[in-house]
Amino acid sequence: MKCRKCGAKAVINMAHHKLALCKADYLNKLPEQTERTIRKYRMFVRSERILAAVSGGKDSLALWDILWRLGYNVDGLYIGLGIDEGSDYSNASQRCAVQFAEARGLKLIIVDVEGEYGAGIPAMSRTTLRGHEKPCAVCGMAKRHLMNRLAHQGGYAVLATGHNLDDEAATLLSNTMNWIPGYLLRQNPVLEADRPGMVRKVKPLCRFYEREMAAYALLQGIEYIYDECPFAVGTKSIYYKEILNKMEADRPGVKLNFYLSYLMAKENGLFAPQADQEAEMLHTCPTCGQATTNPGECTFCRQVRRIRIV
Amino acid sequence: MTIKLLLRDKAFELKSGMTLRSSLEKAGIPLESVLAIRAGELLTEEELLKDGDIIKLVSVVSGG
Repeated sequence: MKCRKCGAKAVINMAHHKLALCKADYLNKLPEQTERTIRKYRMFVRSERILAAVSGGKDSLALWDILWRLGYNVDGLYIGLGIDEGSDYSNASQRCAVQFAEARGLKLIIVDVEGEYGAGIPAMSRTTLRGHEKPCAVCGMAKRHLMNRLAHQGGYAVLATGHNLDDEAATLLSNTMNWIPGYLLRQNPVLEADRPGMVRKVKPLCRFYEREMAAYALLQGIEYIYDECPFAVGTKSIYYKEILNKMEADRPGVKLNFYLSYLMAKENGLFAPQADQEAEMLHTCPTCGQATTNPGECTFCRQVRRIRIV
Repeated sequence: MTIKLLLRDKAFELKSGMTLRSSLEKAGIPLESVLAIRAGELLTEEELLKDGDIIKLVSVVSGG
């Protein structure tokens, strides 16, 4: 298979775009396409400070690499979750993020959940009714809280995350299967900071397949954490991704079409704003100042208080 | 006249002379879920796999 641009040997075929590319053209194509996505959804401009949330995985490090190559003013944020479970997962992830930043002379902010709150994510989840089997719910909540807080406190214009198309399509499928109107209404490439204490969030990789991001990381020589989080085995998101990948094999482009058609349908008024009842009833947490669905302290602050009592 | 596909701790031995796409289908591995590397080089799905080829498959699906 030949590169459609230069005729050299192709290293990747994007069947959904009917486009095969060689290494050099592929490594140029992804940043160009990211720039187009940033502009299309008016995510940010070069004069703004961006905070990229990095986990040490392929997507977030590729995102940071691309934004840096495009000349954006971007720092990284790594959150140490304290996940070990015999695999040294968090330490290994942190090493990847640190090495990446050092090699490029970039600023990486590191926050350690255990150091900050006295318990890592697995221990935190054991002190709550949430996540008796897995700490994923507590992990997601803590990450959202910390990312928002640190981006807000640091005066960043936006928080950029490495969500790819497969992440978005799997989330969309899950929310559709369960008809969760609030989530369906809120899933966007850009989440506006429409409440006090909230920071603007953007997903510049939302139109790239997960396979494309892995190829970019490999071809760019980015060393990322290959092992999966030990708690990710059997998660719902992987289940939905596998289903979508089976469909993609039969019908190239089905994932991209599913996501983009949804965005278009929403833009055309498919979902009424009043479907998002949670958004209408948001309160401000008196402890951290972030938005919460119930009056009084948010779930994260209550969680932290519980750990300190234990 | 065989090739080997290696995915994490699993190995699949298959006949040579098939494309990567056909080999993955035979092994029951969705093409979308992996990248294939031969001697440090990324392969497209139409690449013909030759006798003795050892193909490292990199899983691309992450969750959580």
